[in-house]
Amino acid sequence: MVQVQDRTVSTWSDEITVHVKTAGSGPPLVFLHGAGGLRWDPFLEGLAQSYTVYAPEGPGTTPGDPDAVRKLDDLWDLVFLYSDLLDRLGLERVPIIGHSFGGMLAAELAACYPERVSKLVLIAPIGLWRDDVPIRNIATYPPEELPKALFYDPEGEVARMVLAMPQDGEEAAEAQARFIWAMASTIGKFAWPIPDKGLKKRIYRIRAPTLIVWGKDDRLVPPVYAEEFARRIPGARVAMIERAGHLPQLEQLEQVLPTVRQFLAA
Amino acid sequence: MKISMFHLMPHRELPDDFEKRYESVWVTPPWWELADPERVSQYYNWSLDELIYAAKMGFDGICTNEHHQNAYGFMPNPNLMGSALAKMTNGLDVAIVQMGSTLPTSPPIRVAEEYAMIDQISGGRLIAGMPLGTSMDVNFIYGVPPMDQRPRWREAHDLIVKAWTTNEIFAWNGRYYQYGMVNIWPRPVQQPHPPIWVPGAGSVSTWDLVAELGHVYCFLSYFGAKAAKRFAEGFWEAVARRGLDLNPYRFGFLQLVCVSETDARAEEEYGRHVEYFYHKDLHIPLHLFAAPGHQDYRSLVSSLKNPAIVEAWLALKEMRFRDFNEQSFVIAGSPATVRDRLVEEVIRGLRVGNLMVLLQIGSMPHELTLKNIDLFAREVLPHLRHYWEDEGWENHWWPKKLLKAEGAASSS
Repeated sequence: MVQVQDRTVSTWSDEITVHVKTAGSGPPLVFLHGAGGLRWDPFLEGLAQSYTVYAPEGPGTTPGDPDAVRKLDDLWDLVFLYSDLLDRLGLERVPIIGHSFGGMLAAELAACYPERVSKLVLIAPIGLWRDDVPIRNIATYPPEELPKALFYDPEGEVARMVLAMPQDGEEAAEAQARFIWAMASTIGKFAWPIPDKGLKKRIYRIRAPTLIVWGKDDRLVPPVYAEEFARRIPGARVAMIERAGHLPQLEQLEQVLPTVRQFLAA
Repeated sequence: MKISMFHLMPHRELPDDFEKRYESVWVTPPWWELADPERVSQYYNWSLDELIYAAKMGFDGICTNEHHQNAYGFMPNPNLMGSALAKMTNGLDVAIVQMGSTLPTSPPIRVAEEYAMIDQISGGRLIAGMPLGTSMDVNFIYGVPPMDQRPRWREAHDLIVKAWTTNEIFAWNGRYYQYGMVNIWPRPVQQPHPPIWVPGAGSVSTWDLVAELGHVYCFLSYFGAKAAKRFAEGFWEAVARRGLDLNPYRFGFLQLVCVSETDARAEEEYGRHVEYFYHKDLHIPLHLFAAPGHQDYRSLVSSLKNPAIVEAWLALKEMRFRDFNEQSFVIAGSPATVRDRLVEEVIRGLRVGNLMVLLQIGSMPHELTLKNIDLFAREVLPHLRHYWEDEGWENHWWPKKLLKAEGAASSS
């Protein structure tokens, strides 16, 4: 187990404090979490074996500071906040990995600041839209259907680990509130009601070598979007992962981790 | 005491197996499978006629409300209904209670204008409802990011009040709205502005907001007075915390009511319509109630720790008329039963100065609705009207013109 440190960084004219989970050793790497919030998982653990991983908690998702996100108006503000954050962390030029909502954010950063992103890994990102393949808003899924939308194997070990809730009633309520609030602070604020906030106009600016990772059985954000991203990002490569849903980096860790490491090392 | 008739304008003839065949009454019910346009035309006209009848029978106010893509209530713009009602009730001392334009989804200066128009057409009888809106309407249908819903409401509210009360043209440079030259025509008849009521569904944050702004909070619950006890106490605590008086007119409450000649007759006549309402009209999946961010963090934690409401929703389909009546979701019976229970459970029990009664319920046909209105107006309303008078509370949240008319009538 690597030692994970909780680092606080002041951003946004010192109005918003961002907590950054930091671990590992080696060259720096930034990971941007999805709509469920940040959890230190085996994928990050694996990356930290050869990189210094910086995994910020999006504003609003840090326990005890739910209203930080209210200071931001829209996705633009969030992109600037993350640019501040890279400055404060002293990361002039760095590889960025983003998952789902974090993938959209990573793509935006790479399009707005092409010189700052050395490599880009997008894992099942949102951010583009096709009328013929609409993405169903995650908030419209009844809770009992969510595991099927998220995982290749909704009964599997990974699904159980990700969806686990505390047994104690009070604690379960708190955990549930944190999860809902993470969704609120991501898609409920910046990607509502449709996750198309203009990335399609800016995506051509991405210069970083890009790897797109998608679970072949992603029912939340259909894999056809892998092609959509690849088509628009010059030189992007797609890794389509068998037997994986919306969290391929966890459901097929053994396959995704080496693929990502190889890409970053090349 | 002020008593108004509330109307949802529902589909009155949903199929018997509606709740088995369809996922929801709200957001997703398919129009072409469920609605017959000619019947719907009839529903609108029945609904307007029922409210006008209530006005003629002496109700203090008549209420419309706004919902979207909803088979139990489809007045997407309540002001279209309200303007017709304003015109049709000129000469009657009845308030037009718009409950009302959902602020986060409507251009604020349009709301200011439309409300001013209704106030003009009615000659100063408007009550300006300013709902925050449900998650279904605002987030899932109108696409407003849930996290922006409350701040948008607040900004729209401030802008509307300023547009009504500022003589000079002004510029509005807000977070959500920018207008270069605000100078609305018309302005309201009522000065400085019409009374403002804020309907809500029991959110902790809304009580504080309404208490702070000094408006009326209206608890629009379908679960009756017993379930509302905790909420009413919370609201009154918020009022007391701010050092405000406990004027009962600060609080409004919606109650379903059915009146017949006898208690037994009430069950016979209204039973199935009440069951239709709770089984079909409230057939809404829980996850559509609150998109992530619709409730602020404090309210979210509070509702997750109090699963009572969720459990109540899940239990509805198992309940029958007698359960709804016993648990006060509906107050049904003879005039004597209804007035005693309204006083005991609602007016005194919750400290309600502004009572709203839902008298057309679910599938209730036009004729039966008229009967309900008629009996309520003749046999119930006169007995409740003077409640609170002996305590000497002044109603600051009612059109002044109507208070004056009432004063003139009672002294003559």
